Amino acid sequence: MDNKESFIVVDRVSFSYTAESGAREEAALKQVSLTVAAGEFVAIVGHNGSGKSTLAKHLNGLLLPTSGDVWVAGMNTKDEQHRWDIRQTVGMVFQNPDNQIVAATVEEDVAFGPENLGLPPELIRSRVDEALAVVGMSEYAEASPHSLSGGQKQRVAIAGVIAMRPRCLVLDEPTAMLDPVGRREVMETISRLNREERITVILITHFMDEAVKADRVVVMDGGRVVREGTPAAVFQEMDLLRGLRLDVPPVIELASRLRARSLALPEGILTVDEMVTALCQLRSRI
Amino acid sequence: MPIEIKDLTHIYNPGTPLARTAIRNINLTIEDGEIVAIIGHTGSGKSTLVQHLNGLLKPTSGTVKVDGVDINQKGVDLRTIRWKVGLVFQYPEHQLFEETVWDDVAFGPRNMRLSDEEVRARVERALAAVDIDPALANRSPFELSGGEKRRVAIAGVLAMEPSVLVLDEPTAGLDPRGRQDMLRQIQRLQEERHLTVVFVSHNMAEVGALADRLVVMERGEIVMEGPPKAVFAERDRLEAIGLGVPEMTALMAKLREMGWDVPVSVLTVDEAEKAIMAVLRREARVGTRGDL
Repeated sequence: MDNKESFIVVDRVSFSYTAESGAREEAALKQVSLTVAAGEFVAIVGHNGSGKSTLAKHLNGLLLPTSGDVWVAGMNTKDEQHRWDIRQTVGMVFQNPDNQIVAATVEEDVAFGPENLGLPPELIRSRVDEALAVVGMSEYAEASPHSLSGGQKQRVAIAGVIAMRPRCLVLDEPTAMLDPVGRREVMETISRLNREERITVILITHFMDEAVKADRVVVMDGGRVVREGTPAAVFQEMDLLRGLRLDVPPVIELASRLRARSLALPEGILTVDEMVTALCQLRSRI
Repeated sequence: MPIEIKDLTHIYNPGTPLARTAIRNINLTIEDGEIVAIIGHTGSGKSTLVQHLNGLLKPTSGTVKVDGVDINQKGVDLRTIRWKVGLVFQYPEHQLFEETVWDDVAFGPRNMRLSDEEVRARVERALAAVDIDPALANRSPFELSGGEKRRVAIAGVLAMEPSVLVLDEPTAGLDPRGRQDMLRQIQRLQEERHLTVVFVSHNMAEVGALADRLVVMERGEIVMEGPPKAVFAERDRLEAIGLGVPEMTALMAKLREMGWDVPVSVLTVDEAEKAIMAVLRREARVGTRGDL
């Protein structure tokens, strides 16, 4: 089932955490279905408690559905014998880079995963070099991770996952703790991995300006998928976003207001540059 | 109660091979009731600066005066300074430690040796100020959501009823709803209690919306200062130090580069809409189309 249409299939998944008392809590995921194609860049947005992180942890078998199924490259995450194949296929990156770094130097940290795979040393070397090059951190190979900025640490964490050669990266709010420079570095790295290395990317975020860069946006609320579509289509629904108290990107709000004043702006304006181009075209026709 | 910072320099580990100058020759006065945002990227000295405002860090040289009193002078009781200038750290929720929300918020006022009645009144006011349901008071802080925990931590500082509130990145890591609530509450505290507010932030849209004045730091020095519109008008300088401007300010700057006669000092969607419509209407009038 490893076709392009359905690299990851989430099929009517519900999930409840178990409380300390042993009782099931209210479902964190309720009948969630989602398909991700190979090479796609999907952003999942929603508040804390919307279920987006719980969904992310299902994509490589860290959590298993209470009901329903998750398929990764044709493997069911419930299937014990595929557990390690799945973890190798889908790499996870979390919010806090400090919790993900284990070694004394950057290259040892990146080598940690491939070493655990039992690869021969020369292959480990080449994978580490490659992974550091992909995230633009080669010159820091021998540095101590603790001397790095937040954005650099997060790129090392991504390199550590990339060195395992996953086909898909799931990133759970990777920029939440970073400053603007760090956020930009990490977002550029993610975009490049998707575009040039053709790695499937699933980005969990509550920054709408990051979601705008995806091929598709999935909006979650109360454990359900409430909307799904291109960024242009989803962000057009400003009432829905406001109702959920998510931020509406200012450019999109401006485009909608200008259209309401009957300016003939094209659909799908998401960025400042697209807005400048559209306005200049319009002006040249006055 | 103005805060006056004069020629403030702070060197970590002075006189050792690890010596590092974190801030250098800072001069800054913060007036009563002002909301001042300190921006700059990681390592620019923002946190070091704000930790001097209540005496948590001691200057290597220079002075910090609160209400005319040099807080690092001999004989000044720093505890009373900390009651006046409340400091909320980054990720303050990591410092919650009591068994209940109530006890955590009451910790400061109890140390002030206030009467039980006064402690109770203050805890109630502080929880109300950050919109924490009184029904949560007997819960463990660890059962709350991330946004709620942070608000409880802020209530713990508010309960000391300071006249200056200093917050180091109050919205970092919060989801959009948590961020919107936090900003609204800071604004309300300033309006209702006339608190002076100093906050550190990376988010240009939020400092533009909330602050009366921006202080931009780079490599330990103040490099720009002024009302948000004036600071954001210098987009090239901000970008050179790795900071951006709000999206609408950037849009206006790019339109100007394309020959549009729009003002540079635009922060909101409202203002941008008006500026764009004004240009198009003006040109439609002189051109052939009159339908705009």
